[in-house]
Amino acid sequence: MSENVLKVENATMQFGGVVAVDNLNLEVNEGEIVSLIGPNGAGKTTAFNVITGVYAPTNGRVYFNGACIVENFPHGKMKKLYQGEHLGEYTSVKEPTPDKITQMGMARTFQNIRLWKSQTVMDNVLMAKHMRRSSNLFSATFRLNKREEEKQREETLDLLRIVGLEDVKDDLSTSLPYGKQRRLEIARALATEPKLLLLDEPAAGMNPQETIELTEFIGEIRSKFHMTVLLIEHHMDLVMDISDRIYVLDFGKLIASGVPAEIQNNERVIGAYLGVADDAED
Amino acid sequence: MDAFLQNCLTGISIGSIYALIAIGYTMVYGILRLINFAHGDIFMMAGYFMIICMTDMMIPWYISIVIVIVATVLLGVCIEKVAYKPLRTAPRMSVMISAIGVSYFLQNFATYLFSAQPKSYPTIGFLSKSVQVGEISTTLVTFVTPILTILLVIGLVMLVKKTKVGMAMRAVSRDFETAQLMGIKINSVISFTFAIGCALAAIGSVLYFIPRSSVYPLAGSLPGLKCFVAAVFGGIGSIPGALVGGFLIGLSETFIKASAFSEFSDAFTFIILIVVLLCLPTGLFGEKIKEKV
Amino acid sequence: MLQKKTKNICTAAALVLLAVVIVCVGQFTSSTSMLRTVLQLGAIYALLAVSMNLCNGFTGLFSLGQAGFMTLGAYTYAILTIPVESRAGVYYLYGVAGWLEKLELPIPVALLVAGLVAALFAFLIGLPVLRLKSDYLAIATLGFAEVVRIVTASSPLNRVTNGSLGLTMIPGFSSYYGIFAVVILCIAIIVLLINSTYGRAFKAIRDDEIAAEAMGINLSQHKQMSFVISSFFAAIGGALMAMYMGAISSTTFTIAVTYFILLIVVIGGMGSVTGSVISALLVIASREWWLRFLDQPMFIGSFKVPLLKTGFRMVVFSVILMVVVLLFRKGIMGEREFNWDGIYSFFKRLFSKKKSGKGVQAK
Repeated sequence: MSENVLKVENATMQFGGVVAVDNLNLEVNEGEIVSLIGPNGAGKTTAFNVITGVYAPTNGRVYFNGACIVENFPHGKMKKLYQGEHLGEYTSVKEPTPDKITQMGMARTFQNIRLWKSQTVMDNVLMAKHMRRSSNLFSATFRLNKREEEKQREETLDLLRIVGLEDVKDDLSTSLPYGKQRRLEIARALATEPKLLLLDEPAAGMNPQETIELTEFIGEIRSKFHMTVLLIEHHMDLVMDISDRIYVLDFGKLIASGVPAEIQNNERVIGAYLGVADDAED
Repeated sequence: MDAFLQNCLTGISIGSIYALIAIGYTMVYGILRLINFAHGDIFMMAGYFMIICMTDMMIPWYISIVIVIVATVLLGVCIEKVAYKPLRTAPRMSVMISAIGVSYFLQNFATYLFSAQPKSYPTIGFLSKSVQVGEISTTLVTFVTPILTILLVIGLVMLVKKTKVGMAMRAVSRDFETAQLMGIKINSVISFTFAIGCALAAIGSVLYFIPRSSVYPLAGSLPGLKCFVAAVFGGIGSIPGALVGGFLIGLSETFIKASAFSEFSDAFTFIILIVVLLCLPTGLFGEKIKEKV
Repeated sequence: MLQKKTKNICTAAALVLLAVVIVCVGQFTSSTSMLRTVLQLGAIYALLAVSMNLCNGFTGLFSLGQAGFMTLGAYTYAILTIPVESRAGVYYLYGVAGWLEKLELPIPVALLVAGLVAALFAFLIGLPVLRLKSDYLAIATLGFAEVVRIVTASSPLNRVTNGSLGLTMIPGFSSYYGIFAVVILCIAIIVLLINSTYGRAFKAIRDDEIAAEAMGINLSQHKQMSFVISSFFAAIGGALMAMYMGAISSTTFTIAVTYFILLIVVIGGMGSVTGSVISALLVIASREWWLRFLDQPMFIGSFKVPLLKTGFRMVVFSVILMVVVLLFRKGIMGEREFNWDGIYSFFKRLFSKKKSGKGVQAK
């Protein structure tokens, strides 16, 4: 049980009458790289948002390091509308805001890059260190936290060195080429000192060369930081290359899970991607 | 009982003027997602236009009203072209500052042209005639205002629901960019929206200033804020909402003015605003919009 | 790039120069001199602009409650400092509330209390209001400022705020330097805050709220902090204003005052402290001094210069605001701060341009 870094249990996310994620069960073990794949609109990003606290699930639980961090059941307006399963199994509400979840040790990147645009590369990473501060408003304003500030700056420089952005540390974040912006977003997430890194389509919009570099980069992160990674991705080369296990979503439902070789040969997965299964039934 | 009826009548009358102005806020917000801070000051300028027409140029009232409406519409459309159009793609804060800038400019400009002293508003003979209904005595304008407002709102709702321009307006308020891609001329739709809002503000200003009989440069700012509250109350973007919101604000204000707390009637409006924004952020008839992650 | 040592020397030199200007004006001008007015009023507006910038420019919270917090600060300060012997005269109509009769605090304590009272109100109003999105927040804070104004002038508070009559006989610093000391201290604290880890968090919220929250920054807590601190300093600015004017009433700090401070902030650049300070001095110098002539009819020979009459000055100011918003959206400084590298490279560019210009001519 405790070796699960992340466990999603019977999570259902329903918007009005639309079930975006339907009874999702998912586990990520320590040190693993797990991918969540599926056609467009399958509910992958919604699943991410449920895990990171952007949305509270309509029903279900999320465990992190063995402790339940998110829990909800259909109440209020949703009581009548709810179409999912496992009704009545959960009875309490626990919906922390995203910042609380990040503080617990989960950090994410975004599908459409969300860097702090007016800040330099260095500051982008430094700002993310704010969360791990020990100084309060008073001590920070009157510079009583000098040692911590220096330590933060050193750590930021180290991090930038590791991800290969040291030479551009004083450039504006938006002036970087696309691939490096992605890298910076990952570095920023790492600056919050997470145990689990969630990457939302890190290779989106990248060319093959950049994708190969990214694949290597994710591998490096895992080995250097002993990181556990959950990622959403469309580039199958990347997914098959680095994933230990893969979960496949289609129309909000989990249709397959397993090691890359299993997924590659799974007919339902092929069907979901090519739309064959539906035609055959007709 | 009579006092109660009297207050109801006054409240409905002032409420319908608020509704007319609130529609201007609601329509502009619906399309541009912008609080047109200058709307109250456009309303004030319409008051001065009427004074120029009737007092200074001695034009009869029925022609004056037409001139005032046309002048106010021109002013509103010009403001849109000069101050808002160049900022279509700018961050929201810039547009808001621009709107505040226009409001600030109109107030200062009116002070410059007409001095800070109140100027007396012309009277329109038949509207000021006093009417006796049972025990209540009031002027005709109190009755004309709500009837005219309701007729105008019905007309406006028809326009938005049934005509091509109305359809374009609804499309633009749904999705700015898609509407543009579908070949809707965004700029003319926006100008049209400002024109309607300003025309209603001009009519509202005539009805508002006749019983109050004077105009001064800051006369528009407080009614403007109240009407914005009315628009938020009714649900921003919704025309019937603005009507209901206007009536509610007008009635509650009149009743508080008649009570022991009359000093706080304006403060109360803002307390309503804060309460509404917290408990019912989309107002009575508004739609919910959520930001995408 | 300049050496760090050179930069420090430049900064020190600039500060010394500023101090020399302030001292010279203090020593060699009469108390009614225009330079004094400009420097003192400019300093107060600089503090007000910087405090507004902290909230609006650095945290991205579009608050228009400045006038409300200034009223709170000014009234608190005035109530606490009006000399006991002149109270009866000030409150001649309504009489003074019992608990106030013998209360008189020293000026620095009263300033601090003024700030704290406004901060308390900001905390209470911030709890509900800061959850609102940009333009709703603007309207709600604007409404709050109106409510404060109405309540201070209302009859239940007659014996405390002197109702619509306002307060007079407000004491100020005996020294001309007092206002500068307070303003410089306050701005220094704000600058330290902005450059601290909390300041970085504020900027993160301004640039992208969703990303800031995802990086573990507690949005409501940090917004609240910025709002409360900004209000604290706005109230101190209001108190200094009361001190400067000697008399206040509920109509002293209207929405127009908020708009005027916003004008200063926008001209200086949203998100630049030095921009706000420079802009405050320029705008006040223009308003009180350089552009004064716009309000008076002027004759050249027998020719009457058109347009000039009372009120034209403010029209010009609002036009300047519109021009800055529409054409120079970044203001004087944008989001940058004043730095010597910028000045150095500016002159270097200027110089090399001249040089290359000459080169072309020589050919």
